[in-house]
Order: sequence, then structure tokens, then C-alpha cells
Amino acid sequence: MTDFLDMVLLARLQFAFVVSFHIIFPAFTIGLASYLAMLEGLHLKTGREIYMDLYRFWVKIFAVSFGMGVVSGLVMSYQFGTNWSLFSEKTGNILGPLLGYEVLTAFFLEASFLGIMLFGRKKVGPVLHFASTCIVAFGTLISAFWILAANSWMQTPAGYEIRDGIFFATDWLEVIFNPSFPYRFVHMVLAAYLTTSTVVASVAALHLLRNTKPAHAMVMFKMAMGFLVVVVPLQILAGHEHGANVYEHQPIKLAAMEGHWETWNGNAPLLLFGMPNQEKQENDYAVEIPKVGSWIVTGSFDGTIRGLKEWPASEHPPVAIVFWSFRIMVGIGMLMLFIGYVGAFLLWRTDITRHTLFLRLCFMSGPAGFLAVITGWITAEVGRQPYTVYGLLRTVDSVSPVTASAVGTSLIVFVFVYSIVFTAGSYYLFKLAWAGPSEGEGRPPHKPKLATWMAPDEGDVAAAEVRS
Amino acid sequence: MDYVDLPMVWAFLLAIAVFMYVLLDGFDLGVGILFPFAESDGDRDIMMNSVAPVWDGNETWLILGGGGLFAAFPKAYAALMPAVYMPIGFMLIALIFRGVAFEFRFKASGSGRRIWDQAFHWGSVVATFAQGLVLGALVQGINLEQGRFAGGMFDWLTPFAFVTGCALVWGYTLLGACWLVIKTEGRLQAWARRAGLVAVAVTLLMMAVVSFWVPALDAAAADRWGLRYPEIDWSTLLPLTPVPVLVGLVAWQLVRSLRNESTYSPYLWTVALFMLGYVGLLIGIFPYLVPYDLSIHEAAAAPNSQGLLLVGALVMLPVILAYTAYVYWIFRGKVTADAGYH
Ligand code: HDD
Ligand code: HEM
Ligand code: HEM
Repeated sequence: MTDFLDMVLLARLQFAFVVSFHIIFPAFTIGLASYLAMLEGLHLKTGREIYMDLYRFWVKIFAVSFGMGVVSGLVMSYQFGTNWSLFSEKTGNILGPLLGYEVLTAFFLEASFLGIMLFGRKKVGPVLHFASTCIVAFGTLISAFWILAANSWMQTPAGYEIRDGIFFATDWLEVIFNPSFPYRFVHMVLAAYLTTSTVVASVAALHLLRNTKPAHAMVMFKMAMGFLVVVVPLQILAGHEHGANVYEHQPIKLAAMEGHWETWNGNAPLLLFGMPNQEKQENDYAVEIPKVGSWIVTGSFDGTIRGLKEWPASEHPPVAIVFWSFRIMVGIGMLMLFIGYVGAFLLWRTDITRHTLFLRLCFMSGPAGFLAVITGWITAEVGRQPYTVYGLLRTVDSVSPVTASAVGTSLIVFVFVYSIVFTAGSYYLFKLAWAGPSEGEGRPPHKPKLATWMAPDEGDVAAAEVRS
Repeated sequence: MDYVDLPMVWAFLLAIAVFMYVLLDGFDLGVGILFPFAESDGDRDIMMNSVAPVWDGNETWLILGGGGLFAAFPKAYAALMPAVYMPIGFMLIALIFRGVAFEFRFKASGSGRRIWDQAFHWGSVVATFAQGLVLGALVQGINLEQGRFAGGMFDWLTPFAFVTGCALVWGYTLLGACWLVIKTEGRLQAWARRAGLVAVAVTLLMMAVVSFWVPALDAAAADRWGLRYPEIDWSTLLPLTPVPVLVGLVAWQLVRSLRNESTYSPYLWTVALFMLGYVGLLIGIFPYLVPYDLSIHEAAAAPNSQGLLLVGALVMLPVILAYTAYVYWIFRGKVTADAGYH
């Protein structure tokens, strides 16, 4: 029995580890693919070489990240069978087609056109090349669509029936567009865009600080700040709506996120800080704002928030993890809001290069998006415990009939291998980022075909403009 | 859809997906296996560049194989994966190293580059060998109780699986060599032709060993081939003799095409050779999905699940094949050492 519990714990640890590792790359590549499409589009439209320089710079970083995303994703698609075979057997009727559609509509598309994007510039010409970049970007979004439909169904199952412990679909539209899916999809795609923006801002700040490639850095910095100004408020709104959806469909998770043990019929406080204590079922060292909690979650001061004590302790997720990871994510959202608006203001009113303290902050915030994405997923996934399919299939009834030692060994091997690959990958990424974009690298000796309709030497004019 | 035998359709589609995987990823894994034996670093650059734009698309067929099995036959997926837990683990880890090597190699310099060269080579070898182990484990049969895996973690570890592992390594080497014949010229091409000849010889030998071994593994397979050692049932075996005869003919053509100047024929004859071996294996396993306990119909997902995905597959597979062909066409012709974006 203890061996079985060890096995469950190890399988969970392994899944948490490989999936957290995997999500780092999609979170970046989804945003970066769109950013690359934008840069290439701008280049085609304006003919300014500076955009092409930036494209060439970021596409190298993209290639490395995408490669790591692909191989870690391959591991994911076999994890279901190796470690969660009972889960696969029971939910296969529903999740199988969703993941199958992901392969058919997204993975082949991304993987095939990636080849043209990376190696085909001289072979297909600028317009088709731009089309390939757009297709890859679009593929990443389709991929997010299906995998999030699958995950959301596990959070808020709909359109199914259960016979002999096996799930069957009764209505596919309800399965795909299950109650939490629209919120999760919007929130995740925006998260990916924000992650990319903070990385772009960070690299730009690095080069502004070192005064290398100032013109290029300035273009990147302006784009990133513009993006943050628009998207962070949208993300906060989306996150808020997402929370309201959790309130409706997963009240236990919401209670854990907010740290409420008691039920409040109106005027619930908003907990800023505290140490949820699972044994005593209360929070130590709580710091709270009275009454605001009900308003934020339900939109009215009279709204009821059900507390964890309404359910038996066996139904509680690990409260402290959910509580804290949620706060870290929201905190990073606020940090991004600050950076975006202060940065935009400084760009508008002053010479940004003099504000080294702010630039340092931007540089240091490079990993913020990744951290928010991971803590966000931890909130969502740990908050769903002790179930894999919320309320219906318990995690302990999902694992494979394999031994704890097999899972433990493979976990150690994965940690070891990922550390090597990740360290090497990060090293090459840092090297690329540190070197920065180079001017006119690999630029064809004569102007591209589209150059016929653009003013002579506009690229240099653009660079001069930015410098002034 | 009542009149369509969905499980059979899906079994057929999956068989095709796996075969596509073997043909496509087979050659880029094969290039990885041959990699360190090339005569110079320049040759190695060319070899790498010949597969760099397409390997990712090739590997996607593996995801389709796994994902398709999960979707269309969840019971088989759930029964099989724990049984081959370790070989699958080896394969995934090997594919990780190999996959990142493509990018890392071009970013690294000096000794770093050597490391990723090794990662590319050993990743290819181990991934291929592990796939052969999975194949071997499957053919031997998997120990199920009430449709769930009931064996040990090391059941796959047998001499037979070791042989199928080696066989696949040589088979992919052959595919890789034939791919290089298409994509390269001059000295490197001549080298690839020689490597191909060695690989054909060993692959044929391995195929023979496996063919005579399979009937010894399982009574049902023995009856199917009429080889219940030491007895031989000629009335069953004789009608099957066209298969080895065909293999011989194909092999002869293959050797000829490697020796004369033809560019595409070696690859095409290798495809024919793989096809014959593959059909032979399927005959041995049919109608089981997890030999010799779980049949295609027993393992099938709900009809509406298989039906939904079938619609997607029938629409998307032609599209996928079309743009895959387009990408290969874009990158047609001989490869040079500096063909990258790097
Ligand atoms: C929100 C987006 C998202 C999420 C939650 C996941 N993935 Fe992912 N995945 C992607 C977004 C993505 C992507 C953007 O499409 C990737 C990232 C880098 C890449 O190459 O494609 C990818 C790659 C990728 C690949 C390789 C595809 C290829 O060869 O191109 C596989 C097999 C998976 N994923 C499977 C999974 C599984 C089984 C997941 C969940 C348990 C999962 N992914 C979570
Ligand atoms: C990619 C972003 C994701 C992240 C970072 C993530 C994170 C996690 C974490 C941390 C756990 C462990 C929770 C615990 O055991 O306490 C977990 C469990 C799990 N998740 Fe997710 N998840 C992600 C996406 C998905 C998706 C898309 C699916 C399904 C399609 C999924 C299916 C599962 C399953 C089956 C488990 C194992 C059972 C469990 O421990 O709950 N996850 N995930
Ligand atoms: C600042 C305001 C934010 C609020 C109010 C908010 C709200 C939420 C909520 C309620 C969830 C949990 C959903 C569930 O449990 O099912 C969640 C999950 C998540 N959050 Fe946020 N969030 C915010 C900011 C961010 C930011 C800035 C990022 C990343 C850049 C981010 C990334 C994620 C991710 C990846 C998930 C997991 C996937 C999901 O369930 O959608 N969030 N967020």
C-alpha cells in the first residue's frame, strides 16, 4: 500500500516536472512566433532592414526554444500511457480525439513549415517565407486551442456520460467548449504574449544598458512596452473573469486560492498574506482587507463565498500551494502593469537610456512571464486535486500498474537529462541574446523584389530616426 | 456509420502512420547512425543539413502513432505503454538529445560541437534500438490480465527483442544511406553507396533470423507460418513462399541500383523491402493489437470517438501529405555544407 502511494506521488511529481518544463517553451514560442510574423510583415510593408535584422536575431532564439519545446512535448504525449494508463483508458474516448486533432491540425503544420521558416528563405522568396512564418504562428495557436480544450475538460467536464467507469462523449461541442475553456484559452494565449513581451523588453534593456545596437534595442523596447500597455490590462480582466468561472464551477479550488476556511455570506475579506494551515484548518499570520473579497470574486459585497470547511478534508487540495502560487502569479501581473505603464511614460516624456534603474528592472524581469505561467498552472492543477477529472476521477485511480521504483528511476533520469539539456540550451540562448541583433547579417546583395515599391535606403533613415 | 467497420479502418490508418514514420524518420535516424563514420567534418555538415529542414515533420508521425493509438484504441494504449515503459523511456531520452543537437550543434564551437555530434549519433542509435525493442516486445506477446498489463518491468528484455533492436538499427542505416545517395554527390555519395551495400547485407540476414525465430515464440504464429518446430507443415508454408522470393528479388534490384548510377531507385527499393517485412509482421500479429490478448475490436474506443477523429483524419491526412510533399519539393536537389540559415 505504501508502495502504491509512493508510486502515485512519484508519478505526480514526474508529471509536474515534465509538464512544467514543457510549458516554459510553448509559453515563449507561441508569443515569439506571432512576434516574428509581425516583424517580417513590417519588413515587407515598410522595407526597413531593421525589422529584418530583428527577425534574423529572434528566429535563432526561436529555433532553439522550439526544438526544446518539441522534444519535451514528445515526452508529454507518452506520459499519459506510461504513467497514467488507467486515466488514459477511462478518458481516452474523450481526450484522445482532442489530442488527435491537435496532431492532425497543428503539429504537422508547425513542424513542416518550420523547415521553410528556418532554412527556406533563399528557396521560396519573401512573400512565401512570410506566409510560412504566419502558418507556424497560427499552428501554435491551434495547438493551444486543442490542448487547452483537453485540459479544461478535465477541470470542468461537460458533454459526457459514464458507463462502467469509462467516459463516453455525448455532445462534442459541449466537450470542447466546456465551461472553463474560453477563459483558459484567452488567459493562456495572452500569458504567452506577455511572456514574450517581457523577454523582448529584457533583451532590449540589456542592449540599451550596454549601449550596443541602440537603434535595434530601441525598436524592440518600444514594441514591448506598447504591447504591455495594451495586453496587461486585458490579461487582468481575463484573469478576473477566469476567477469568476472558478467560483462558479470549482468552489473548493476558489476557497483554496482565496484562503477561506469559513463560509462568508457577504462581506468576505480579501486575504493579502497568510500561512494556510491544513491541519488546524485556519490561516496563521493573516493580513486581510475587510469586505473586499466578496466584491472582487462575486461582484457584490453581499456575495457568498463558501469556505473549505463545507467539504470533508479528503476533498481539499493542498491549500498553501494553491494560495501562494496564485498570489505570485497575480503579483507578477501587477509588476508587468507597472513596467508597461512606467516604461511607456518614460519613453514618451524622457530619454529612456538615462533611466538605468528602470532598465535594470526590465532586464531582471525577463523570467517573470515564465514564473507567472508556471505558478498559474500550479494554481489550476494543484487546485483540482485530489481529482484528475474534477469531481469524477480521482488521481489515485488514474495511475499505471507500474512500480514505484520504475517511476522513481525514470523521474531521476528525466531530471538529470533535462538539467543537462536545459543548461546547455539556456547557455546558447544567453549567448545569442548577449550578442544581440547584427546589422544586415546575411542580407542579400541586391534588394528583395518588394523593394521596388519602397523609397531608396529607407532602412537607414529608419535607423537614424530611432537613434535621434 | 454503422456499416463501416471503424476499428478496422483505424487499425489500417495506424498501420499506415507507423509505416510513414519508419520510412521518413527512419532515414534521418539512419543519417544519425552513419554520422560519425563519414570521412570528414564537411561531409558531416552536409549530412546534417540534408535532414535538418525535415526531421521535425518526420518525427511528428511518431506523435501521430502514439496519439492515434491513444485516441482510437485507448485500451491498447493503456495496456501497452506500461509494458514497454523502459524502452519508451530510452527512446524519449534519446530523441531529446538528438533533437536538441540539431540546433545546439550549429550554435556551439570547438569541443561543444563534438559533444553535440556525439549526442546526435548516440541519440539516433539508442532511439532506433529502443524502437526495435518495443517491436520485439510486441511480437513476443504482452502479459495481460483482464485487459491490463500484468507483467514485470523487464519482460521486454529478451534475446529476441535484442535481435529486433539490432535489425532496426541496420534497417534505418540502410534508409539513411539511400537518402544520402539522393541528397549528395561525388565522394560522399560514393561512400553512401558503399555503406548502403553493407547495410543491405546485414539487414537481410537480420530479417531472415527474425523470420525463423517468430514461429518459435508463439503457437498461433507457428501455425500461421506452418513452422511448428521441428515439424514443417508444407501445405501452409508453400503458398507463402512468394514472400521470401519477392524479398530476394527486391534485394537484388536494390543492390544493383546501389552499384549503378541511379539516384532515387535505392531508396524506393528499400521502401519495397521494408514494406514486405512490415506486411510479414502484421500477418503474424493480426487481428491483435496487443499480442496475443487484446484484439483490434476489443481495444477500440467508442464509435463516436473513432468516428469524430476519422472525419478529421480523412480531411487532414491528404492536406498533411500535400504540404509535406511541398516541403520536400522546396528542399529538393543536392545539399551543400552552407545550406542553413545559420
Ligand atoms: C498552451 C499551449 C500548450 C500546452 C498547455 C501544451 N502544449 Fe505541447 N506544445 C505547444 C503548446 C502547448 C506548442 C506551442 O504547439 C509546441 C511548443 C513548442 C513546439 O514545438 O510546439 C508544443 C509541442 C508539443 C509536442 C511536439 C509537437 C511537434 O513535434 O511539433 C507534443 C507532442 C506536445 N506538445 C504535447 C503536449 C501534451 C501532451 C501536453 C499536455 C499535457 C502539452 N503539449 C501541453
Ligand atoms: C502545460 C501546462 C500544464 C502545467 C504546467 C500543468 C501542471 C501540472 C501539475 C503541477 C500537476 C501536478 C499536480 C499535483 O499532483 O499536485 C499536474 C497534474 C496533471 N495534469 Fe497538468 N499541467 C498542464 C497542462 C495539462 C494538460 C494540458 C493536461 C491534459 C490534457 C494535463 C493533465 C494532467 C494530469 C493527467 C495530471 C496528473 C494527475 C495529477 O497529479 O493531477 N495537464 N499538472
Ligand atoms: C493579475 C491578474 C491575474 C488574475 C486575476 C489571474 C487569474 C487566474 C486564475 C483565477 C487562474 C486559475 C484558473 C483555474 O484554476 O482553473 C489563473 C490561471 C493561470 N494564469 Fe492567471 N491571472 C492573472 C495574471 C496572470 C499573468 C500575468 C499570467 C502570465 C503571464 C498568468 C498566467 C496564468 C496561467 C498560465 C494559468 C493556468 C492556466 C489557466 O487555468 O488558465 N496569469 N489565472
